[in-house]
Amino acid sequence: MRKQCMVLLVENNAGVLARVSSLFMQRGFNIDSLTVSSTDSPNISRITVMTTGDNRTFSQIMKQTSKLVEAKMIFSVEPEFSLIREILMVKFSSDTEELEELKKIIERFGAHIIDMSYGCFVAELTESPQRVDDFLEAVKSYRMIEICRSGAIALERGLIDYELN
Amino acid sequence: MILNGSEILVNVLLEQGVDTVFGYPGGAVLNIYDALYKYSDKIHHYMTAHEQGAAHAADGYARATGKTGVVIATSGPGATNLVTGIATAYMDSVPMVAITGNVPTQLIGCDSFQEVYIAGITMPITKHNFVVRKVEELADIVREAFKIAASGRPGPVLIDIPKDITADKTTYVPAEKVVPQNPRPRLKNIEEIAGLINRAERPFIYFGGGVRISGAGEELRELIMRADIPAAHTLMAAGVLGYNEKNNLGLIGMHGCYSANAAANRADIMLAIGTRFSDRVALNTEKFGHNSRIVHIDIDPSEINKIIVADYSITGDVKEVLTELLKYIKPRKHDDWTAQIAKWKRDDYMPEDREDILRPHQVIDTTCRIAGEDAIYVTDVGQHQLWAAQYLRHVKPRNFLTSGGLGTMGYGYGAALGAQTACPDKTVVHFTSDGSLHMNMNELCTAVSYKLPVITVILNNAVLGMVRQWQGVFYDRRFSSSEPERKTDYVAVARAFGGEGYVCETPAELEEAMKKAVKADGPVWIDCRIDREEKVLPMIPSGQTVHDTIFK
Repeated sequence: MRKQCMVLLVENNAGVLARVSSLFMQRGFNIDSLTVSSTDSPNISRITVMTTGDNRTFSQIMKQTSKLVEAKMIFSVEPEFSLIREILMVKFSSDTEELEELKKIIERFGAHIIDMSYGCFVAELTESPQRVDDFLEAVKSYRMIEICRSGAIALERGLIDYELN
Repeated sequence: MILNGSEILVNVLLEQGVDTVFGYPGGAVLNIYDALYKYSDKIHHYMTAHEQGAAHAADGYARATGKTGVVIATSGPGATNLVTGIATAYMDSVPMVAITGNVPTQLIGCDSFQEVYIAGITMPITKHNFVVRKVEELADIVREAFKIAASGRPGPVLIDIPKDITADKTTYVPAEKVVPQNPRPRLKNIEEIAGLINRAERPFIYFGGGVRISGAGEELRELIMRADIPAAHTLMAAGVLGYNEKNNLGLIGMHGCYSANAAANRADIMLAIGTRFSDRVALNTEKFGHNSRIVHIDIDPSEINKIIVADYSITGDVKEVLTELLKYIKPRKHDDWTAQIAKWKRDDYMPEDREDILRPHQVIDTTCRIAGEDAIYVTDVGQHQLWAAQYLRHVKPRNFLTSGGLGTMGYGYGAALGAQTACPDKTVVHFTSDGSLHMNMNELCTAVSYKLPVITVILNNAVLGMVRQWQGVFYDRRFSSSEPERKTDYVAVARAFGGEGYVCETPAELEEAMKKAVKADGPVWIDCRIDREEKVLPMIPSGQTVHDTIFK
């Protein structure tokens, strides 16, 4: 079992997300996270799915999603050759004696404080899923009021030519 | 030419070569039915008793002809009644276009009368589906639907059309019939695979519905004859090879021939062609074909390594792949291997004939003898289905229509009507049982209305035979809800609907009844009384192997 990342370039139609997620559910494929966004082409949406499974299951997921009529292109993204990012926002209570210590951790992880309000502040981190996990581990003993974490988005490094179906 | 959406729909159907559709009218499709009325000299619409029957009829029509079947239903319950029929077609890779009406666009999402989100409901049981948003898109969507349904691995496509779009007008620009497209076969290892076959000592072919859909019977025959390879078929491929042809071992799987299953178990090379290692064949995925290297040929890449990891695979249309493969196949003889299989054949299950009562194999045999090998045989689901698969003398690839993947009880009557409309000159026999027939017997009215002389042969054991068989073997004869004790008088029902009916208790009586039935110009029901203890044999229980075969 390992974490895998796949990218689907799909037609930007109503219902396409429902088709993808319904297919995953029907076949018992686990979705760890999923993001959808527009692309530079108005007809194409980009879906990034993080999933956990063995290679055979992953290959089956790829082949089943390839059968969706609206899926124009599907590829797996290898973390070694790619940039995979998630956004994390954490609201901390500022009512703590160890505020300076917490701020140091935030700084060390490259996170930023993006809002300060009465009694609380919000830190934001854009990093790989593993680093986001690490950050959450590092700050877990501080008073977190709320956290919000996006799904992953992924881009391969270097020049790659994609040919759409 | 300015036309309304309904007229455009019918014109595109005509473009696609459709002359027969099945369906049932209703509020949301009134405009479509108005157009069908206008074009009734060009398109024949068969109205069934229930939309499920119409969906199965479109399926039977498609299986019997290879053409795409078309079914039309109204919104809401009309659409949901299609669901079982669409799922049946999906599981067996049958090309179908289902057209549903929906409430007008401005009422969608308001829980309007007879509104249902059929696109959402049918997402997992269609290759694709469409909701038409404007009339300008309609013609191209319908064309695309026909293309998707028949391309690659075929399957059903649904088009949902809100009522306002069936009335809106736009310019209709005629187009040519769409041409289905198959993915180009990937043949890079074909010589290596041919070498493997040429060197094999105990080769074996297990083939399925993909061979039939591809029309590759001739290529398969050439392969098994030239390389002397014994072959067994799945339920979906009955008739691709003639029952009496050399090297045809018959049915494989749970209720397949012992010799076929034994050969699969002992082979050193197994060629799986146009098939998907379903759990009714690869009963134990660890042990199925474990002595052989497996070569999997299928048009659907997602079938490769789905259930069984293949040592070699080729994705592509079976006919194209086999044509290419044959270029490298050398003539061979496997005398030891075929002698071994001949020995296993002596252990194949052979039921005994009786004259005083009807035994299931005699019902099938007698019916087949009178109706002939050219007849189309359609089944429902259960014991009778397997008996038909085992004992019919299959000789034609599109003459055995059965719900294999979904196992839909109630499939048969609708499908038989569809097959009869497609092949008016052929005898169509519908094998069913008292259990299955009770699910959709209402379609008898359709057969009467349209004078469709389908012969329904009921293997009547007064119980749900297959359920009861399992309860007998695995549940210590606790026959829970499988002995309904129905008192239905089938002859009276047949006559009440306007058909004819007979009761038979011996092979001689069945022969007499069949002789009358094949001459009838309307539907006939033949109630064949069989013993409730009759079992489908042999049987390999789920998860087991040929070594666990039950013979009695």
